[in-house]
Amino acid sequence: MIRFTLRAPPDQRLDLSPLVPDRLTGLDQGTIERIGVSTTRAALCVGDVFTVRLGDPAGIAFDGGSERFDNLGEALSAGEIIVEGDVGQFAGRRMGGGRLEIRGDAGGWAASGMRGGRIEILGRAGERLGGPAAGELAGMAGGIVVVRGSVGERAGDRLRRGLIVVEGDAAGWAGSRMIAGTLVVCGTAGALPGYLMRRGTLLLGRAETLSPTFVPTGGPAKVFLRLLAAELRQLSEPAAGLAAAPLQRLMGDMATLGLGEMLLPSGHG
Amino acid sequence: MHALTRNGVRIDDTFAEAFDMRATGIVITAPTVRWARQAAITATGFASSIIGCGVEAGIDADLPGDVTPDGRPGVRVLLFAGSTTELQKQLVGRVGQCVLTSPGSACYAGLGGDEALRMGDGLRYFGDGWQISKRFADRHVWRIPVMDGEFVCEGSTGLTKGAVGGGNLILMGHSADATLHAAEAAVGAMNAVPDVIMPFPGGIVLSGSKVGSKYQGLMASTNHAYCPTLRGATPSELDADTAAVLEIVIDGLTPASVAAAMRAGLAAAVALGPDAGAARIGAGNYGGKLGRHHFHLRELL
Repeated sequence: MIRFTLRAPPDQRLDLSPLVPDRLTGLDQGTIERIGVSTTRAALCVGDVFTVRLGDPAGIAFDGGSERFDNLGEALSAGEIIVEGDVGQFAGRRMGGGRLEIRGDAGGWAASGMRGGRIEILGRAGERLGGPAAGELAGMAGGIVVVRGSVGERAGDRLRRGLIVVEGDAAGWAGSRMIAGTLVVCGTAGALPGYLMRRGTLLLGRAETLSPTFVPTGGPAKVFLRLLAAELRQLSEPAAGLAAAPLQRLMGDMATLGLGEMLLPSGHG
Repeated sequence: MHALTRNGVRIDDTFAEAFDMRATGIVITAPTVRWARQAAITATGFASSIIGCGVEAGIDADLPGDVTPDGRPGVRVLLFAGSTTELQKQLVGRVGQCVLTSPGSACYAGLGGDEALRMGDGLRYFGDGWQISKRFADRHVWRIPVMDGEFVCEGSTGLTKGAVGGGNLILMGHSADATLHAAEAAVGAMNAVPDVIMPFPGGIVLSGSKVGSKYQGLMASTNHAYCPTLRGATPSELDADTAAVLEIVIDGLTPASVAAAMRAGLAAAVALGPDAGAARIGAGNYGGKLGRHHFHLRELL
């Protein structure tokens, strides 16, 4: 495992996209320390920010984090990255495989454009979890994201495929413009969850305000929920419990295609 | 010919000749075992022989809820055909007409492997645009709205080209009752063997056939050498004390599974002895020229 230990909090945002197993394989210590990670005119390289301890590049560990660690785990395709601390924006951007574990908070756009693999965030995540970058038509298109804490606005924006589980609360517009896929929020979703969603599944512990463009369809089909609960049981006990509870189902958003579904505990106003 | 005797039962020194087949498996689940079995029985109806049915199908095993994908009671069904094209056609037709229509049912892949057959991927259009695709870590299912909620069907199931069809035992007894008793005991033992089906009614064949006929265009006709009532009129394979003959045909996902089923069936029939069960046990073959799998009875005792 290659270990990067933070020397001091960085004085600028860092682009850590080069520090993934694919791009470090075969590099010696000096070469790794000379990789540029700065995002301003003040040049910074890996050796300025971290002390580096070489090891098997299939695993990468960051001792210490910062909300300025941007693009961490970008395009990760295999192997494992573990961060003991916070990360900045676009963590796990365009990830295709492997595993990213963040033992702190993540900034906005975590899992943006993700296609496969697994991300686990033990703290909170910022806005547009799994959402598209500016100009992109679709957000996350595969893989699994589990956030143990709460998430910011528009979690799962333009989600196309894959599974996002949030054990805490979600701010407004969770699952906005969803194309497909599954978003689970065990806590409370803020205003207008599923805003303009086309297809896909939203499973919510509670919703603050519901859009009138979601229509009740009665009880959900139980076989699908059994499959979902079985899948969730391996990821998150609260989420699995929610899927196994008595639920009501709404379809929407009828302001657009309207083939999405929102599942809420029975009796939820 | 009667090289061996076990428990007074004569065992022919011969072999069952079996053929390569294409096979697939599905798992049907339902709210209760009764309805899982009902769907499976309906889906495997008219599927005794590829000579006339296109496919040979049967129930491999009942599955308890803790091993099925959705945690409900289930049944594993195996289907065998001579070609991938026919197997594909029969699979979609049978799941569509017999499982999709059965109350509370869901249908999943019952066989792994690199090659796949379309299942839900073909049936999804029944949803008329309301079908929902869901991808889980280990499977992709279609949710098709139906009148009790949703029919959940996995997109595809596995295909094996290494399956074997036509393993068999021929049971010959002093009476029809004793022969049927032996056949029932043998099928009962074979049912416990995984990865095999006995596609004929209750696993048992009354009308064993030979290739060809005196009539033009008929592919198969009665195996006259094993018909007791023709014994004096035609060359016969039967002994003077044989009053009835029944055959058991076995299809399996592998040669080893067919051999295991034949071994279990032989043991069960032999255990009954010659008076209560079969007095003689043989097997059907074509001289070894047609099928590459030869199951010698002497090696299965």
